[in-house]
Amino acid sequence: MTPSDYEFLRKMLKARSGLMLSADKHYLVESRLLPIARRQGLANLTGLVAKLKRADSEPLTVEVVEAMTTNESLFFRDKTPFDQFRDHIIPSLLEARAATQRIRIWCAAASTGQEPYTLAICLKEMGQLLKGWRIDIVATDINTEVLEKARSGIFSQFEVQRGLPVMMLIKYFSQVGEMWQIAPEMRAMVKFRPLNLLGDFSSLGRFDVVFCRNVLIYFDQETKIDVLNRIDKVTERDGFLALGGAETVVGLTSAFKPVADKRGLYIPNMARASQSESNVIRLLPAAQRLAGGAR
Amino acid sequence: MKICLVVDDSSVIRKVARRILEGMDFQIIEAEDGEQALGLCQHQLPDAILLDWNMPKMDGYEFLKALRRMPGGDQPKVVFCTTENDVAHIARALHAGANEYIMKPFDREIVEAKFQEVGLI
Repeated sequence: MTPSDYEFLRKMLKARSGLMLSADKHYLVESRLLPIARRQGLANLTGLVAKLKRADSEPLTVEVVEAMTTNESLFFRDKTPFDQFRDHIIPSLLEARAATQRIRIWCAAASTGQEPYTLAICLKEMGQLLKGWRIDIVATDINTEVLEKARSGIFSQFEVQRGLPVMMLIKYFSQVGEMWQIAPEMRAMVKFRPLNLLGDFSSLGRFDVVFCRNVLIYFDQETKIDVLNRIDKVTERDGFLALGGAETVVGLTSAFKPVADKRGLYIPNMARASQSESNVIRLLPAAQRLAGGAR
Repeated sequence: MKICLVVDDSSVIRKVARRILEGMDFQIIEAEDGEQALGLCQHQLPDAILLDWNMPKMDGYEFLKALRRMPGGDQPKVVFCTTENDVAHIARALHAGANEYIMKPFDREIVEAKFQEVGLI
């Protein structure tokens, strides 16, 4: 792969998915894209890049983007966000939504489904508390292939042993050969849809809770700000945003503010001044803005 | 330092488990069957037990039932680690007092996740 091939892939991935590849990710690119090149009958990544540049390359481009997006996911990943969901978010919404008895949750980077199904399990564990309530979990991901797996609700023995307590395993899953499938009633709680966070997502409607964990880390500063500000527009004013452990809104946007003593949890900032966002943008180094974001 | 008793009739599995658990700052003692493990527990109760199911002399299930009947035997956290990977075996293990269950093959990530789940790390 020549430097110009790598540069082409970097730009294409940034434009299509927001994924930022630093200069030292040649190995990652080769390990993920060489199998695609070989399936295409191409000897190397230079051949693949040449094919991607052709006018009829859209299906191949989608395949390349999907191969490069990270799909690592675990049940109850990091544990704390789900404790906060059970102990803080849902009790707060039970009070705030008592009249409508409806809660809408969005998992913005659902990958193979572990996160939305974990939320479904948390809700199911609350039992009678939510009786009569209508709770929608919308789970989206850019990668249609992982969404298919997510929809099936089928996980390997290895996957169900990472984070999922064995009590939950035997309560909510059944064995299908050597695999484990989550119960139909749990699958019915989650609606999976393909969605690119760089595109418009206003059609999803408004949400009381948004889980957007471990995806912003792959975006540059400018894209993070844009995505967070658009998430703000679909989040109810008394709703919640959960980010990954290595992610924050601080220094990016004033649309959300951290919840005290609840790491990774944010609420819409009601006191936000309309001017404040442009202030944050102004604080970004000029060179970074000129380059189109943090590299 | 917490003590973990590794009970498995395979010396290879005991070696792999030892390497993983020592990396998690456990002091390891080993037994090759339930009978030997029970003798060790009568001498000193460990904090954790990683327990195989199928072993000669006394299997893991019988050992667990005997352990839970011992004075203080409700204290160690017991994590089964076995090729018996069906719901019926898991349910039996939990009913007998197991705290968690690992289906072989396993790796460090799974052991860590399960030990974290039961509050051992």
